[in-house]
Formats: sequence, C-alpha cells, structure tokens
Amino acid sequence: MSAGRPAVPGRNAFVYRPTASPQAAAQWTRRQVVMTNLRTVAGRAYPRVTGLFREKSWVFFEILLPFLSTSAFVFVYRALQAPPQYIGFVVLGGAMTAFWLNVIWMMAQQLWWEKSQGNLELYFAAPMNIMAVLFGMAFGGFVMSSTRATAVLIISTAIYGVTFSIDQWALLIGVFFLTLAALYGLGMLLASLFLMWGREAWHLTQLLVEPVYFVSGLNFPIARLGVLGSVAISILPLAVGLDAMRQLAFAGAAYPIGTPSPLIEAAILVVMVVVFLVLSRWALAMLERLARKEGRLSVRWQ
Amino acid sequence: MSGSSEPLAIDVRGIRRVYKVKPKPVVALDGVDLAVEPGEFFGLLGPNGAGKTTLIKILTTLLLPSEGEARIFGFDVQRQTRQIRRIMNMVAGGEQSGYGILTVREQLWMFSQFYGLPSRDGWNRVDELIDAVGLDEQRQQRVSTLSTGQRQKMNFARGLLNDPWIFFLDEPTLGLDVSAARSVRELVLAWKAAVPGRTILLTTHYMAEADELCDRIAIVDHGRILALGTPDELKRRVQRESVFRIELDRLEGGVGALRRLRGVVSATLAAGDQADGQAERQTVEVNLALVDDAALGEVVGALGGLGAQILALRKFEPSLEDVFVELVGRGFDDEPAHTGDEPRSDPDDREPLAPQTETTDSREREEEVVA
Repeated sequence: MSAGRPAVPGRNAFVYRPTASPQAAAQWTRRQVVMTNLRTVAGRAYPRVTGLFREKSWVFFEILLPFLSTSAFVFVYRALQAPPQYIGFVVLGGAMTAFWLNVIWMMAQQLWWEKSQGNLELYFAAPMNIMAVLFGMAFGGFVMSSTRATAVLIISTAIYGVTFSIDQWALLIGVFFLTLAALYGLGMLLASLFLMWGREAWHLTQLLVEPVYFVSGLNFPIARLGVLGSVAISILPLAVGLDAMRQLAFAGAAYPIGTPSPLIEAAILVVMVVVFLVLSRWALAMLERLARKEGRLSVRWQ
Repeated sequence: MSGSSEPLAIDVRGIRRVYKVKPKPVVALDGVDLAVEPGEFFGLLGPNGAGKTTLIKILTTLLLPSEGEARIFGFDVQRQTRQIRRIMNMVAGGEQSGYGILTVREQLWMFSQFYGLPSRDGWNRVDELIDAVGLDEQRQQRVSTLSTGQRQKMNFARGLLNDPWIFFLDEPTLGLDVSAARSVRELVLAWKAAVPGRTILLTTHYMAEADELCDRIAIVDHGRILALGTPDELKRRVQRESVFRIELDRLEGGVGALRRLRGVVSATLAAGDQADGQAERQTVEVNLALVDDAALGEVVGALGGLGAQILALRKFEPSLEDVFVELVGRGFDDEPAHTGDEPRSDPDDREPLAPQTETTDSREREEEVVA
C-alpha cells in the first residue's frame, strides 16, 4: 500500500490528471494558482448570470417594482413643481438602487447563506483564494443588477422624458465603474463581517437598507443634507458616486452646491476601492483564522 | 512515520480539541493518535458525539486543533493548508451544497472551476463523472429536483473532480436507501482501486459498512480511540469462545447431556425452541459455546451416541457491534444523553446546549433536512 505512479496511466472518470505522488500534486506553479483563482471568479459568477435568465419572474419583479418606486418620487416632484432635473436625479437614483440592493442582499449576507447551505466549508476546503469567490459573486451580481438598472433607466427616461446633458462621457463612465467597484468592495467587506457577527445577518441587512437610501440621497441631491451629506460622501460609495454621476449627467442643470466636484469625488471613490478591497481581504483572513479556531465554517446539521 | 521514507497519508499526534461553549467546555477530541498508510481505506467508527467529524474537520483544514499536530501526506494541517487542499476532497452525508437553480452538469462544472480545471476540460470531466456515477438521465436536471440518492451521487462526482489523493467521507451513506448506499460504496471502491496510494478516511456509525469497506478501523467514543485494527483483529478481541448453532433431528437427555461433554462451555436451546416448546417441533436447535473449534469434533462424535443426527451446523462470528458493546459498554442505539457531542457549528448555534438535540440520531436529522 504505497503511493506510486498510477496503475491506470490513461485518463478516465477516476483518473483525470495522473501525478507521481501526493507531494508532486500539491506543488502548483504560480500560473496554476493565478488561473485557478480566475476560473473561480468565472465559476462563482456563473449561477448568478445563469439565474438571471432562468427565472424570468425575477426579471419582471426586479424591474417593475423599482420602476414603480421611482415613479412615485417622480410624481411627488412634479406635484411640488420641482426643477425638471430632479426627475432625472430620481431616475438615476432608481437605477443605482439595483446595485445597492444587490450588494446588501446578495453580497453582504451571502457568506452567511453559503454557510447555512454547506457551501462555505467546501469553498474553504478548495485550493483557491476565497477572495476569488467573492469577486465571482460580485461580478455575477453586477451582471444581474446591470440588467435591472439599465431597464429602469431606459423605461423611466422614455416615459418621463428625462433629458441628459453630458459633457464628460469618459469621466461619467469612469465614475460609474469606480462606484460599482467601491460598492462591491464594501459588499465583500460586509460579507466577512456579517459572517463573523453571526446569525443576525438578515437583521443587519434590513438595518442598512432604508438609512443608506436616505443618506445616499437616492431620491434627492445629497447636497440637501448639508453636513450629513458630506459625511455620507466620505464613507458611502453610493452617495459619492451618485452625486458625481448626477453632476456629470446633468451638466447644464442648476445643481445644488455644497458637494465636491466630480473629479474630487472620483478620487474619493478610488480611495474607497483600495480601502474596501484591502479591508475585505484582511477581514476574510481574520474570518478564516477565527472560523478555524472556533469552528464557525459550518452549522450544526452539516 | 511509516517504515518507508514516504510520509504517512494521515499522521495524527496527540490531537485535542476543546470547544469553549456554555455552560462548560466540551472536549470533542481527547488526545488522539492515528497513523494511516498511503493506500489504506481507514474507518472511524463511533456514535454521534464520538469526535469523528471533529477529527475530519481538523484533517481537512477547516478546524484547528487545540493541542497536538496532524499531517496529511507530510503537510501540516495548520500551516500548509493550500498544499493539502490541492490533494484532498471531502463528501459528507446529507450534503446540500451548491445552487438549486443550476443543473447537475452546471453545478459540477462550477466546482471544477474552484479546482482550476480549464473550462472545456471541466465540462468533459463533469460528463465523464456523471456517466461514472450513473446520473446520465439527470445530467440536465436542476439540482433542487434530485432525490437524496441522486444528490449524494452528484456530491461524489464533485468530490472526485480534482483527482484527490485523499478522500474524506463523513457518514457518506447517511439517509440513503439500501440500493443507493450500495451504489455509493461500489463507486468509492472503484475510484480507490484506479490508482494505488489513494487513501480514504471514512467515518460512519453503520458497522456493517465499516466492516465491508475498511482495511483498518478505529473505534472512537468521547473523543478517544478505544481500539484500532483490522475488522478481523477487532472481532477476535471479543471472541473468547467458538460459538455454533446446531440443528438436530432430536436430542435425548436434553441440553444437559451436551453440557457434560468435554470442551463445551455452555449449551442452550435456541430462542425459538424455548418459546415454542420442543414437543411441537420436528427438530431441535441448540446454541453451543466451545472452548475452541477443536472441541467441535468431540461434540459431533458424542451426538451420535445420544441418538441425534445433525441437520445443520453454523458458526457464529462476532460483529463489530459486539466489539463496540464490549469496549464501550453500550450499543450505538443505547447512547446516553451527554453533552459530549461534537459541536459541528459555530458557537451561536450551540447555545444553549440542549442534550436532546445533541444526542438526536443523525439519521433523523438527515430526514429533517431532506424534508
């Protein structure tokens, strides 16, 4: 009974990549490590992208309901005879809501859900970096939410006659992707933290939805919040990203003053991306250490 | 270490694992030493709470030991987790992993990506394994619609995706019907036979399964290894006498005549005969305990003198259950309520410790999950 060269040299269902010994099989090149992590991103994104088209009812509810809530604010602003660009602000906010909901419901509490399903220990028992799993979740979530956000944006723009005035396309697109990177970076960080805090992930998620809607100024310009708005801009990617995008998408409109220029806000977003990614990596490492020490990677019945 | 220069498949030294839970810490493993050679099919046999799953979690790098050290093919489970994760895989009974929205094929492909298989290779490998585990008809079926047995076959396919050198099976046939359990066992044996050196650590509390599959078995209880050896070695520990059942056409003088023969330790009527009464039966069944097998010849010869003709003769071997009862003082099903069950969860799920839940038979737990 000794480990040696496989008796069955050919490949079959029970012999995929014959290796001379366990020690040889355990030595991976840097390329193998990198490619495994990249493939993990694709693998973990797959269920989300596939799910988007497989459950058509999801598409309906994910588009119709946000459109209705956006419409409610449109009618309120019209009734108050607010400046026309406010309709555009609300539509843009409605589109970005999709990403925040995705981050909070399908990123932040995802690891907790994975744990209850028994997936988490399989992730940790596999040879990839767990950050790759989070990147996969983020990428899949981005694709899912983009569909919803785009649909809300197009339908609302068409129905309510929103007119965009964009001078700096490149900066607008850059700010959009930076906002998403920061948002999903925050989601990755929250995923680890929620798992460490325990079973209250669902409550924490609930707690973060409405307050973040408010301080991010999803339905009104953040500058209206004064100091609170400034604080939000300094810590919430949604607040700073949305504010920058509004300034860039409605360049000709009279915008409430009091917030930084889009360029400065783009710089804030860059800092947020770096900070959230570094923190999420640190939190994951700490989570794994703590989980292995205290046995937190699975629940009782697994 | 083994006699040769190559490292042991599993080398566990003085492993202790204590869970800090209220009202008092739970000792799940209490100084376990274990050496498993490459190529062995090794079984951990014990009731719920014995420490089997805790040991598997330590060996699969998911849990740190409180004390002691463990190595997998020479790699330290505390510090060389990446290397270990590249050469091992695991499957647990009642596993519900994955995403119900995916098909069997997609789910397996997703897991193949976690082990770095190139995408096209991954699809091919998945198809090979689906055929091998007999899920051809379920290939495009959603995971959420699979039966328990089909799901477990899929889990096995997942566990084999990366060609592991060591395969950890934690109660893999839990909740499966007889046919599905047999199918799973055959799969495991076929996979192991394909490459010399592949090692399996199986935890189970199905004694017949351990007896059938394992080269060696460790009987564990309350975090300690009580006995270790091949199934035959373990059985010999409790086999102090040779036990036979003899069916006779008649027995003049009753069993008392047999007891007087040399080499006979005891002779009793079989339970059925005692209940029915000898007068109404055409034959007599007697349980005989002899000092050793050699005494049987004398008994057979003497039976002729008593006017009895032997119609059937069967020798009884002790089972692993007999070994367990001998070692532990109780059977698996007689497990007393205690708080020593291995906590399988995070502390949030363990408080407060509820003895009724802790000692719930895992077969019942499986049914709840499936329902």
